[in-house]
Amino acid sequence: MADDKCTSCPAFNRKSLKKLGINLDNTDFVVALAGNPNTGKSTVFNSLTGLRQHTGNWPGKTVARAEGAFSLNEKKYKIVDLPGTYSLLSASTDEEIARNFILFGQPDVTIVVVDATRLERNLNLTIQILEITDKAILCVNLMDEARRNKIDIDSRSLSRELGIPVILASARQGEGIPELLQSVEDVVTGRFLCNPFRLKNISSELNYAVEKLEKMLIAEFPGMPNARWVALRLLEGDQQIIDSIKNGEISSVIKQQIIPEPKVEN
Amino acid sequence: MDIKNSKENILNTAEKLRWEVGEDFHDNVMETIYTDAARIADIVVIKDNKKAFHLDRFIDRLVTSKWTGFPIMFLLLALVFWLTVIGANYPSGLLANIFVDFLYPVIRQYAVSFGTPLWITGLLIDGGYLALAWVVSVMLPPMAIFFPMFTILEDFGYLPRVSFNMDSLYRKVGAHGKQALTMSMGFGCNAAGVIAARVIDSPREKLIAIITNNFSLCNGRWPTQILIATIFVGTLVPAEYSGLLSASAVIFVALLGIGLSLLVSLFLSRTMLKGEPSAFSLELPPYRPPKILQTLYTSLVDRTLFVLWRAMVFAFPAGMVIWLVSNINVGNNTVAEIFIDWADPFGLFIGLNGVILLAYIIAIPANEIVIPTILMLTIMVTGIHNVGEGSGVLFELSDVNETANILKAGGWTALTGINLMLFSLMHNPCSTTIYTIYKETKSLKWTLVSTILPIAMGLTVCFFIAQIWRLLE
Repeated sequence: MADDKCTSCPAFNRKSLKKLGINLDNTDFVVALAGNPNTGKSTVFNSLTGLRQHTGNWPGKTVARAEGAFSLNEKKYKIVDLPGTYSLLSASTDEEIARNFILFGQPDVTIVVVDATRLERNLNLTIQILEITDKAILCVNLMDEARRNKIDIDSRSLSRELGIPVILASARQGEGIPELLQSVEDVVTGRFLCNPFRLKNISSELNYAVEKLEKMLIAEFPGMPNARWVALRLLEGDQQIIDSIKNGEISSVIKQQIIPEPKVEN
Repeated sequence: MDIKNSKENILNTAEKLRWEVGEDFHDNVMETIYTDAARIADIVVIKDNKKAFHLDRFIDRLVTSKWTGFPIMFLLLALVFWLTVIGANYPSGLLANIFVDFLYPVIRQYAVSFGTPLWITGLLIDGGYLALAWVVSVMLPPMAIFFPMFTILEDFGYLPRVSFNMDSLYRKVGAHGKQALTMSMGFGCNAAGVIAARVIDSPREKLIAIITNNFSLCNGRWPTQILIATIFVGTLVPAEYSGLLSASAVIFVALLGIGLSLLVSLFLSRTMLKGEPSAFSLELPPYRPPKILQTLYTSLVDRTLFVLWRAMVFAFPAGMVIWLVSNINVGNNTVAEIFIDWADPFGLFIGLNGVILLAYIIAIPANEIVIPTILMLTIMVTGIHNVGEGSGVLFELSDVNETANILKAGGWTALTGINLMLFSLMHNPCSTTIYTIYKETKSLKWTLVSTILPIAMGLTVCFFIAQIWRLLE
């Protein structure tokens, strides 16, 4: 891989990035943008797609999900900007949009955008997202602001703790975007294998219950990618999840996603 | 495969296990998440706590304080409007010069030279084109100034603070605190304000925000307010105070609008839309230095041109209607004249006149064509000659004195002026906004309420003002 040095440099990606706006035909991969409100998801979205999704400094601007596309090294990516949410466990509309997309839309990678100055609070959501998806990248945005407030983030330790790539960025200045692109490519092609953080401190009874349900779910719906999370929701009595199991909606989503999926392995 | 492994079985097992794991399971999970988040953050966040002075907090203390919060808000509001008004004057005149004074005769002559029938040039050029030219020259400059300034405030992080200040007021009247955000958007354009109401989750509070948005004086109505205030309010005092007084009159009408939006919200939440205000958490985001150039670009392209385009789409047919009603004769009179004669008694009774009523019907598509329509109709009725371009042709009089003379010849008094300012605040939303309300609510009933409620209020208020005025005279 020595001859690969140039192409693996993040700076190379910036050059081969083509912003495709809303041209969503024949995309190879799907990227989701999730995170707390007002962390700069739409700014990241705009700098990748060249679109001008409305951004502004107040929580809750993105009211529906927005879609755009970009291409990188001859692969086309569809990117979906999800409304900001504080958690995935309650029942408000925007949380449902975000949750359903990550769960059923089966993105190839989910970029979790967090606010560097409010990392602890934002990690709550990150951990929840890691419960429902394997492939994720943490984009620690607003680093410029953090530096202004004399806050620094140890990205290596963070990456080790969470088991996913961590990029420090300030999207408004374009800082960190090439590295983010590099990570996106690494994760979707399997060059970086995520080993996401999972809740460890849950009680043994709960663990037993979750594992039992998880096995049953996988037996019934082979290939269900986030059976563990579905099991958790079932335990909690989430009506939406119960319904989608009853009417088989969950299985149709899984099949649809699994069969045409292009195998990218190297 | 095991037959027992059916969907039902899964759900039954889940049911059973749910009892085993206990009720506090949700709290357990949340607690675990919080503990882990705190642990990780502790490892990776490197903080320097020595910073003594937090500018963010200092500003926040000022702009959300009980004492200084509101004055700062009004000052900022006044500054934005003042800059809009002052700054829009010159480019408006320039655009009018290009589109109306220069291009209009050229296009017209060109069409005539091809032997185009008179009714076609009349309908398309004297009607449609001129209405369009007017809307562009009057609407574009203030929007191009107002929207970027507003976006800069938004980018900086000021809007959530406004919301924070207004929250207690809106909660008292049973509405949502975020209505302050949609209200401020409405000052730019009511249609945009109605769309912005999507940020409110509760359907009840969203409806209140949509219905009352019309009380935010939109861009299209500012020119009317300023012109009429200058002519009829400013002249009530000696010349050196007239500017100050007319500016204050305009700000007063804008503040009255905010007051009315609170009052109508209260009324709605006690009658048609009963309910408790829902709680919401509003994070006060950190202040961010706005990116000026980017802001200019996005607010110009996404907001200004977007709103302008919609206004233009409606202005063209409206211009044709104006031309038609003032050129089609029934008997000896034009349709416009017949309507004005018919509506005049009622109009005068409530301190307006028939011309104003007709103008507001014709100008439903866009508030910015109200004043030119009024002038054109007044000239037609009073038979003043040597001004304007001829019957049914929209024009702009750049000289305020000339406009004043025409209106006074049309029988206008200070009462007419004041009532017009109030009626401009309280009348039906423009058709773009009505259509947007329908699209957002998907309900004919609420669209009708939003349309008729303000008009009923406007007519009532004008009636009472007229009666009181006549008593005092």
